[in-house]
Amino acid sequence: MSGIGIDIAEKRYKAQAGGPGREVFRSFRLDIGAGEFVALLGESGIGKTTLLNIVAGLDPDFRGQVRFSGAAPRLAYAFQNPRLLPWRSVLDNVALPLPAGEEGRRRARAMLEEVGLAELADAYPERLSLGQQRRVALARAFAIGPDVLLMDEPFVSLDEAGAARLRDLLRRLLAGRPATVLFVTHDRREAVELASRIVVLEGAPVRIVRDMPLALTAAERASPERIDAVRRALGAEAPG
Amino acid sequence: MSTPKRLLLTAASLLALLLLWQFAALWAQSRLLPGPPEVFEAMARATRTGVLPESIAITLARVAASFLIAMTLGSAIGIVLGRSVALNELFGPWVVVLLNLPALVVIILCYVWFGLTEVAAITAVAVNKIPNVAVTMREGAVALSRDLDEMAQVYRLPRLRALRHVTLPQLVPFFAASARSGLALTWKIVLVVELLGRSNGVGFELQTAFQLFDVAGILAYALAFTAVVQVIEIGLLQPWERRANRWRR
Repeated sequence: MSGIGIDIAEKRYKAQAGGPGREVFRSFRLDIGAGEFVALLGESGIGKTTLLNIVAGLDPDFRGQVRFSGAAPRLAYAFQNPRLLPWRSVLDNVALPLPAGEEGRRRARAMLEEVGLAELADAYPERLSLGQQRRVALARAFAIGPDVLLMDEPFVSLDEAGAARLRDLLRRLLAGRPATVLFVTHDRREAVELASRIVVLEGAPVRIVRDMPLALTAAERASPERIDAVRRALGAEAPG
Repeated sequence: MSTPKRLLLTAASLLALLLLWQFAALWAQSRLLPGPPEVFEAMARATRTGVLPESIAITLARVAASFLIAMTLGSAIGIVLGRSVALNELFGPWVVVLLNLPALVVIILCYVWFGLTEVAAITAVAVNKIPNVAVTMREGAVALSRDLDEMAQVYRLPRLRALRHVTLPQLVPFFAASARSGLALTWKIVLVVELLGRSNGVGFELQTAFQLFDVAGILAYALAFTAVVQVIEIGLLQPWERRANRWRR
């Protein structure tokens, strides 16, 4: 596990045909301790995905830096779309980031078992439901034993029961393999259920309007009253 | 349509063509338009002497060599140009120039520069085909999924692994398209190359037949070689394509 120090002096999108340039971040700082589960809440379009992409190293076009404490971290990213390879079987998709060979396939198989998809190992992803595809993406993310796990609304557009099952699964996986998590969502209930710290963002440029540690027990997270109380504490100005 | 029915229809269509040819030959009553029996007899004769199978084997080897070279180099060039805007701006015009260079000019230049050799022949055919492959593959490379690219980058897939599992499978339809048109183009150019500067192969035999005005011989070689190419298409290309596409719903 490693902590993350995010320091973005400036990030702007250049003006393109049909739209003006846009400043997304200016003097933005966020420090995340090792093992924290940080939920990033905020309106869509303000730059939450951009922030994850910067941390992931996918977007080097900014002024500032992202530092990780400890050795170079193993990083996994659960995207909003599962981003599986449709031409590879479920098993091959999970084994993709693992070393080639029998050992990698064994680990991938064990991982699939853990997310409850062992019997779909040989299926192609497009034959799976969205919920199942998300499970495969989770299996792929956890297969590498990540130090840092980035998640971009990974449970969006599922029905409530399906999303709840996936949240359970995520908690279970994290209990077995602790990681520092940066979780983007616009669902406050989801944030309260999962996070150890909630950061509310507003823009533009993005600034932190609330930064709230959450020390809830498992029982408290399961209680609707507690969740509603925290949601109220987060402020009622925005829906969610 | 079911497969047997389709086969039957194809057979009927070919039979009609054969009949039309027979009638035309009967009507013309000329040595310059032999009917199917004469042509098949010429084919049988050339097969007995062994000249026809040998010529076809030699020509096929040339087709295979230049096809492989053209597909490999053309794909590499196309993918690089498709992925880099700067390189495409720099070298894209070269591809267009090569694309519009007549095949005959390339063949003559290769023979002039490298002599009447096997290397010159195969180079000439490959150079003719490379720009076609490059243009098709460039189209595919431009359309590559950025989402999957980012996934490969985040999970630190080694370059070769990403190429094999992420990039190349997306290019299969483009690869199949250029392989198909490539095969047809390659074997036609190989015949010209053989006619101009080789002393064996189907192209050379056609030239000999041409000098003797042996139309039956010309048609015999043409038909035999077309049949072989069809067998390659049906027996090799199509099964590979089906295999590569089996993940589609």
